[in-house]
Amino acid sequence: MSRAEKSQAERARPGDPRGIRHPLWTLGLLRSEITTLLRRHRTYALLAVLAAVPVLIGIAVRIETGGGGGGGEGGPDGGAGPAFLAQVTNNGFFLVFAALAATLPVFLPMAVGVVAGDAIAGEANSGTLRYLLVAPAGRTRLLLVKYASVLVFCLVATLVVAVSALAVGALLFPVGDVTTISGTRIGFGEGLVRAALTALVVAVSLAGFAAIGLFVSTLTGSGIGAMAATVGLLITVQILDSIPQLSGVHPYLFAHYWMSFADVLREPVYWDDLSKNFQLQGLYVAVFGSAAWARFTAKDITA
Amino acid sequence: MAPNDSAETTGEAADTVVGRRKAARYIVPVAVAGVAAATIGLVPALANSGDPDLPKISAQELIEKIAASDEEQLSGTFKISTDLGLPLDGLAGSLVPGGEGRGGDKDAGAAAPQDKLMELTSGTHTLRVAADGPERQKLSILGDASEYSLIHNQGEVWAYDSKSDEVYHAEAPEGRDGGGHAEKAPKAPEGAPATPKDFAEQALAAAGETTSVTVDGTAQVAGRDAYQLLIKPKQSGSTIGSVRIAVDAENGVPLKFTLSAASGGKAVVDAGFTKVDFAKPAASTFAFTPPKGAKVTEADELETGKDERGAMQKALPGQLAELDGLAGEGGFNVIGEGWTSIAEIRSPGGKGLPEAGSGDIPAEAQGFLDALGDKVTGKFGSGTVFKTRLVNALLTDDGSVYVGAVTKDALVRAADAAAK
Repeated sequence: MSRAEKSQAERARPGDPRGIRHPLWTLGLLRSEITTLLRRHRTYALLAVLAAVPVLIGIAVRIETGGGGGGGEGGPDGGAGPAFLAQVTNNGFFLVFAALAATLPVFLPMAVGVVAGDAIAGEANSGTLRYLLVAPAGRTRLLLVKYASVLVFCLVATLVVAVSALAVGALLFPVGDVTTISGTRIGFGEGLVRAALTALVVAVSLAGFAAIGLFVSTLTGSGIGAMAATVGLLITVQILDSIPQLSGVHPYLFAHYWMSFADVLREPVYWDDLSKNFQLQGLYVAVFGSAAWARFTAKDITA
Repeated sequence: MAPNDSAETTGEAADTVVGRRKAARYIVPVAVAGVAAATIGLVPALANSGDPDLPKISAQELIEKIAASDEEQLSGTFKISTDLGLPLDGLAGSLVPGGEGRGGDKDAGAAAPQDKLMELTSGTHTLRVAADGPERQKLSILGDASEYSLIHNQGEVWAYDSKSDEVYHAEAPEGRDGGGHAEKAPKAPEGAPATPKDFAEQALAAAGETTSVTVDGTAQVAGRDAYQLLIKPKQSGSTIGSVRIAVDAENGVPLKFTLSAASGGKAVVDAGFTKVDFAKPAASTFAFTPPKGAKVTEADELETGKDERGAMQKALPGQLAELDGLAGEGGFNVIGEGWTSIAEIRSPGGKGLPEAGSGDIPAEAQGFLDALGDKVTGKFGSGTVFKTRLVNALLTDDGSVYVGAVTKDALVRAADAAAK
């Protein structure tokens, strides 16, 4: 792992002789974490899979409707399938939302689960964790930096999906003024702002799950084990969320309000579910973030 | 990995003081979770505690206040929960319009309003309403990542279903001969009443000697102070327990409508604003142009052409749809008055539910229908009672139907009286 060397290199930068309390030092550590994360082959593979989803959806819809712009050829079951699919034919812009709706339940959180689960456990597994801690960063700070880098990955992954969808949508389908799902019309520019806002909302939606992944990551020294546990938890929660008899528990499941990102496309924006989602994510971050802290700062690091 | 774990356990065994200090850190996440749980539990309780303190007012004054209310501009979020206690939710669409005798024109396009508004008769829905005078209204039903909007804008009625990207267009009824200027707001086309005002007017119309109308305290609805109007039937035998209408203390706009069944339990209909704003909504709210490429269905086309979908819908609950036909052909009269009035529908042919094996409907469907109803007998002969929490119907074997918001016993009594 070059990570440890890198962070030590960052620490040893000139102009920062004490190297402890300077705020830029944390940023340096964060920067090195992020660059290491984004330069890994595994990250490339994850992002490539995510970018491929909108391409697949776009091509499938294009073939299905035989040439696009076919006048709402949804067929008798028009409106079935993932959300926003019916609008894609008439406005490629909606592929952004269709792709996010298709990737948010599984693909996006799975990628985040891999990265978050690997954050601490992967270092421990490959024996680099102790070198990271040799630097006078402190475990709390290292944990915060790790979490921040996972959050950055959430945002990058969401943006990859959104940008890929926008490109594919613009290539395969006509684009133009956007009709919000409330029936009002907004310009393409404002549509792009809404799309960016949506991507941000989706990234924030993943924050709670990322915190869970980080906590799981501090529990074990096996990177694969942490990833599997995190992704398994995701699938379990998704199943629980779809059982109507458990509706009493649903509002407290981290995945329950994920699809509220679609409310950004209402006019005016319907904030009720969005703010519930943010509160819930904040709660998960607080609980599992502090649990990860409690575990990680008390843990014996031997690898 | 194993080495790490074992090292930790030996470490903790060697030094219990350190171990305890380490364990103490876990208090933080537990405390955070505890505070969150307490907040979730306590905040609604605290928020509900204070009913507003308003000057006393009589029921008469309150009704006048509603009648005098001239708020024409408002926008808000509206929540409606309906629990009619229908045997199956899917049947809501076939049973409810049946009572209004208009099952025949159900075969409209996907974006046509009737079907959508019927969906409101079961489950919980969030709606958005906006109104700016009599010429501009908008009603949106919020779905999962989709929305169904019904827009009335100066003589034009648009319905847009974002899920299927389909559009329905009609001229407003009054606008057709009035030169495009509708005088009165068309209510959401002949569906369930959707705003508290509609509800209130219907409930008050039923008032009279049979009804007690009182003011029952105050409440906070959508952050506004409101009086509660309580309407109760004086007659016995009605399935309706009470109707409660929360009226804005300031401008007399009905904000919340609750209909409870006499049998108790959850409210049958609970509809109210969760957010309301009496400012003028933005003009763009009511502007609608069909999205490029979306399928547009004109109301005129629907009237002439009938598609297969409607035929299929009619085939399955055929027996139930037949009830609609009966209303036109046979005798129709109302027994009783007020809350306990019962509609009696006699079929000319004298044909009741087909017996099993008669060939009209498959045996499975017959069994299904039997399972939905209770067999009853009386002086009138025998029949089947179909029950919901609010409306009960008695279908006698000789083909008469008795429908009303009354108990099963009251239906049987009415049938007995008619049989004499």
